[in-house]
Amino acid sequence: MTITMEGQVALVTGASRGIGKAIAEQLVAQGVKVIGTATSDSGAEDISAYLGEHGEGRRLDVTDAESIAETLKAIDENYGQLDILVNNAGITKDNLLMRLKDDDWDAVLDTNLKSVYRLSKAVLRGMMKRRFGRIINISSVVGTTGNPGQTNYCAAKAGLVGFSKALAQEVAGRGITVNCVAPGFIDTDMTKALTEDQKQAIFANIPAARLGQPEEIAATVVFLASAGAAYITGETIHVNGGLAMV
Amino acid sequence: MSTIEERVKKIIIEQLGVKEEEVKPEASFENDLGADSLDTVELVMALEEEFETEIPDEEAEKIKTVQAAIDYVTNHAND
Repeated sequence: MTITMEGQVALVTGASRGIGKAIAEQLVAQGVKVIGTATSDSGAEDISAYLGEHGEGRRLDVTDAESIAETLKAIDENYGQLDILVNNAGITKDNLLMRLKDDDWDAVLDTNLKSVYRLSKAVLRGMMKRRFGRIINISSVVGTTGNPGQTNYCAAKAGLVGFSKALAQEVAGRGITVNCVAPGFIDTDMTKALTEDQKQAIFANIPAARLGQPEEIAATVVFLASAGAAYITGETIHVNGGLAMV
Repeated sequence: MSTIEERVKKIIIEQLGVKEEEVKPEASFENDLGADSLDTVELVMALEEEFETEIPDEEAEKIKTVQAAIDYVTNHAND
């Protein structure tokens, strides 16, 4: 498979580490200019450091419409049109529903789901005009399977699947695809927070008997962003070592 | 310089891929000119750019015919 994406421009949220960083690096390897975002200045600096001449890191609060507008304006001025949006930024605030606070529900839904509404809406105008665009949303296996202690996270991640299907139907005629990638348990800071007992219990259910690597998610994202995936839209690709086959 | 009416009609012809003679004042974008809802959104986007104005969503939803588009621009354009 030859992928040529030379000269395209991508925005990847939550790109300072983990899956987002791997996505940014693999897009760069395809010749894409990448703007990676983080919530802190130091995160943005880290991104600029690893991207080098292939893009830049920027501080972005995905829950703030003004912050989004500023970022997109800067991209437009410095890089031109945006071809690829990867909505990867996400947080967890786990608790049993009986103990879950309103703030923890709202924060997770806002950062993981409403942010995707905001960003997608903001980039669509340009993509519609050019009759080309790729929106790739990072969902999660638990959006399909559920996971105790994560009602908020699971609701947001399942929400992305429905959102993507609906938007995919709205804009398919304009050459824009909207898809999800649903990672299973990936070796990132988010899963490092799991206890050894939790990990062992999870491994027992993963046929591949290991955590996935961020690069394995990134490879799927790059494929969906490529010209070869132009006819795939509204789809969720699960990358989970066989943990859930849907 | 073309009149507002001529410029609006030109955009409608380009955006919807229709013939000039079809673009009558009373023609409805969706019922007569074959536009779907996203086509009309794009049409409004094109009008915004041509006339360097921003059309609020609640106004945009009322622009359903050729005449409505001409009227809106006539009343709001910056030039």
